[in-house]
Formats: sequence, C-alpha cells, structure tokens
Amino acid sequence: MAAADFSRLMAAAADTIAAHAEELTALDQAIGDGDHGLNMKRGFEAVRAEADAFAAKPLPDALKAVGTKLVMTVGGASGPLFGTLFMALGKELPAAPDRDGLTAALGKAIEAVAARGKSQPGQKTMLDVLQPVYEALAQGKTAGEIADAADKAAEATVPMKALRGRASFVGERSIGHMDAGARSTALLVRAVAEAIEGN
Amino acid sequence: MSNVGIVIVSHSPLVAEGTADMVRQMVGDEVPLAWCGGNGHGGLGTSVEAIMGAIDKAWSEAGVAILVDLGGAETNSEMAVEMIGEPRSQKIVVCNAPIVEGAVMAATESSGGASLKEVVATAHELSPS
Repeated sequence: MAAADFSRLMAAAADTIAAHAEELTALDQAIGDGDHGLNMKRGFEAVRAEADAFAAKPLPDALKAVGTKLVMTVGGASGPLFGTLFMALGKELPAAPDRDGLTAALGKAIEAVAARGKSQPGQKTMLDVLQPVYEALAQGKTAGEIADAADKAAEATVPMKALRGRASFVGERSIGHMDAGARSTALLVRAVAEAIEGN
Repeated sequence: MSNVGIVIVSHSPLVAEGTADMVRQMVGDEVPLAWCGGNGHGGLGTSVEAIMGAIDKAWSEAGVAILVDLGGAETNSEMAVEMIGEPRSQKIVVCNAPIVEGAVMAATESSGGASLKEVVATAHELSPS
C-alpha cells in the first residue's frame, strides 16, 4: 500500500469517528459509561496527527503504530480493544497482503481482541461486527457488501443482552440498545471499505 | 526494596489516591506503592501510559500486584503489563479482588515479606468467584 493511501485510510477513519462521536456517546450513555464517542475521537485524532509518519513505515509497522497510539490515547477499555485489533493486524499481515492474507490476518486479529476482552461473538460487543466482516471477506464479497454486512451486524446487537463490559452491569436493560463498540467498528469498516473502493 | 509492590488503578484519581492513603496508614513506607486514576485528559477512565508509570514507580524485584476497579481498569492494566514485556511482565499480576480491600490486604501481606504468589492469593480470597 502506498504511503498516501494509508494516510487517506486513517483520515477517513478519523473523519467518520469525529462525525459520529456524539451518536457513539449517546449509545454508550444509554447502557454504559458514556465516554465512547469522546474516547474514540481522541484516539483517532491522535492517529490522524501522526498518520503521515506512520504511513512512511512498512504496512505491518504502520498498523502496529496505529494500535499503540490508540492504546495510549483512548483512555477506556476501547483503547486496548481497538489497539489490539490494529496491533494484531500489523503482526499478522505481510507487507503487501492479498485478499487471502488480509482474511487470515483479520481472523487472527479477532482472536486477539476476543482474548483481550475475554469475550466471544454473541455478547453484544465489537466482535459481533468483526466476525461477520471476516466471514464476508472470506466469502469474496465486495467492499460495499462488507460495509453493509457490518452495518447489519451492528443493528443485530440491538436485541442482544450485554454479557461483557460496562453494559453487562445493566443486564436485561441493555436489550433494545445498539452496542456502541459494534457501531464504531461498523463505522470504521465502512470508512475503510469506501476509501478502498474509491481507489 | 524487597517487598512486593502494590499498584492501585481506578477510573477515578480520588478513589485511587484515597485507597493509597488507606494502604499507607496500614503499612507506612514498608511497601512500594503507586496509584493512578483518570484517563489522562481530566476525565474518568484509565490510562495505559499512567499504569506503566505506576508500575515503574512501585517496581520491586519481588514483583508487583495491581488492584483495579471496573473492567476498563483491568483491560488497560493487562495491556500495560503486556507492553512492559518480559522479563518484568512475569512478575506483575492483575488481581481479581475489590480495589480497596484488595489493596489493603495485599499490602499488609507484602509488608510481612510475603511472595508475590502469597500477596495475590490474599487479595483473591476477598473475591467470591
């Protein structure tokens, strides 16, 4: 991936998080501690500020740098969770990945996020979006179809009962609200998919 | 110092500092102790960078036991331990215990010269699961 493309991807990610920060915070206020939008915005703005420097590195190192920056700046559990996603992608991806390489790396990264959060799909978390995205990627779906699958998967967290994270404290009352981490994951997937499709 | 170090990680700097005060009242300066709280930007939360700093400050060759409050503090502490890396990470344990009682009990155990394993076991006894 060219350095300019990587910078553009990170800018697109930061743009979508910034544009939806209030919505993410509102989702988190309903069943969590209400800091998700602000935390994610802080993290991705920090990534944006250094995106050009990251982009100058080989892709695996650039992704690791993004993950480390998120870990250090987000300030909530989302930091290690999203940070681990990017760090694991960096660890698993070859410098010039093809679709199979990306699919395999995402599979490993999902395992790393699940281990970090001691969670699994079905517990109303970001994993409930990542898993269908992985499956769509493995099935050869287009970027647009993958983004649609991510949105649908985030919607599908609405009727779920939260079993991990702060939302699990409210138990049954978490039913009927979309998981904020699932929503932000879907936003990031769409931003990346659209930036890649625009190439 | 050869006693096990204690690190207190809360979402709130007030809770973290207050817990540390209670620990000091029990054990004085016999135990390396550090605390951190807040997201580093003036809000509630926990900061991996601050946790790594607290671990450094409370570092002991006997090891460090970390006491946390809510889930994010645990996740961020585990991340901090991983980023510190081996060999030191093998001597750091994130305890499954209530933060105030866990910190006071763990520090009291540590002040008697107990091993990291004994300190952690004492904290874990407070946890029902």
